[in-house]
Amino acid sequence: MSSIFITALIAENVILNKFLGICSFLGTSNKEKNALSMGICTSFVVLSSTLLTYLINKYILIPTDSTYLQTITFILVIASFVQVNELIMKRYFKDIYKSLGIYLPLITTNCAVFGIILTNIKMNYNLLESMINSLGSTLGFVLVLYIFSLLREKLETNNIIKSFKGIPIALITAGIMALIFARI
Amino acid sequence: MKIFKYLFKENPVFVLVLGLCSTLAVTTTFEKSYMMGLVVMIILILSNLIVSLIRKYVNNEIRIPVYIIIISTLVTIIEIFLSRYSKPLYDSFGIYLPLVVVNCIILGRALSYASKHKVINSLKDALKCGIGYLVAISIIGLLREVLGNGTLTLMNDISSLTGYKEVIRIFNGNIFPNKLFLTSGGAFILLGIIIGFINSIKKGKEV
Repeated sequence: MSSIFITALIAENVILNKFLGICSFLGTSNKEKNALSMGICTSFVVLSSTLLTYLINKYILIPTDSTYLQTITFILVIASFVQVNELIMKRYFKDIYKSLGIYLPLITTNCAVFGIILTNIKMNYNLLESMINSLGSTLGFVLVLYIFSLLREKLETNNIIKSFKGIPIALITAGIMALIFARI
Repeated sequence: MKIFKYLFKENPVFVLVLGLCSTLAVTTTFEKSYMMGLVVMIILILSNLIVSLIRKYVNNEIRIPVYIIIISTLVTIIEIFLSRYSKPLYDSFGIYLPLVVVNCIILGRALSYASKHKVINSLKDALKCGIGYLVAISIIGLLREVLGNGTLTLMNDISSLTGYKEVIRIFNGNIFPNKLFLTSGGAFILLGIIIGFINSIKKGKEV
């Protein structure tokens, strides 16, 4: 159990090892505070979708021999939970909802969410293992997003060759982080 | 010259930095890279075609779910086709084949271009972006495999489909390939260097 968690958190980190969710990694990780609240919203969507997709896969898709429908069903489940998340945020956490704004619906197209759920199914995890893998993966996602938002401030003020400013140096930094994470 | 402009000045991967998940994940061999490029190109063309055909009937409020369903249907068709006719390739893509659904390039083109333009123009746009993506992912795959493994896989996983198999050895024992380029860290660093290099060429031209 704990080995699944640690692997998902560090050695097979979603961003650095599986290359999932790089868009949000490069795009929205400018502010530390946004990185954290975005992470919490993403974890909500991932954990609830993990539960529902597991049940759908086990009790509907496999018995009816229609596993080829996995892609469509899973993406619909994720999209509905993103809507639920948006409604909750709108109602109870108005301030955060305003500051995240257009990024919330984009969780649907965040590769990390869909990727974690697909990994659970491909690895044939049972319900408990799936939930642990999802939790570890999302925590790893938030962890890397947070560390990177701190590094990013430093990168912007440092003196870097002009053509490497911005995305190229961000990618190279991510590469070095990936090498460190793989060796921990 | 116009081709160069499409390929390097407006490239979806190198300039707009979209769709990086698959670009970095499947590029460990050249074959997987160009096959992923082709898959994305085919889906991009079909989804732009369909989205453009139905653009007058889709309400603005529900267009994202509608487009996602169209794209995931297309991806499912490709998945069934590959798992039936080319199992080795299907297995080596793993989770990254269904992940084409959430590739930012495809949904991005559907939302920002195909939903507002005529069918012919949308097809042209899809072809332009698709070729840009194919070239970019092939370049990354070529560099990673040659530098990291010392080989160049032209056709191996899909050989049951085409009946042709070719893996070239580039370095014959005198130069040792560096496994760094096959790891995930190496992929990030390589892409960063390529984008920086393209930036510096563009800056040089402007001066």
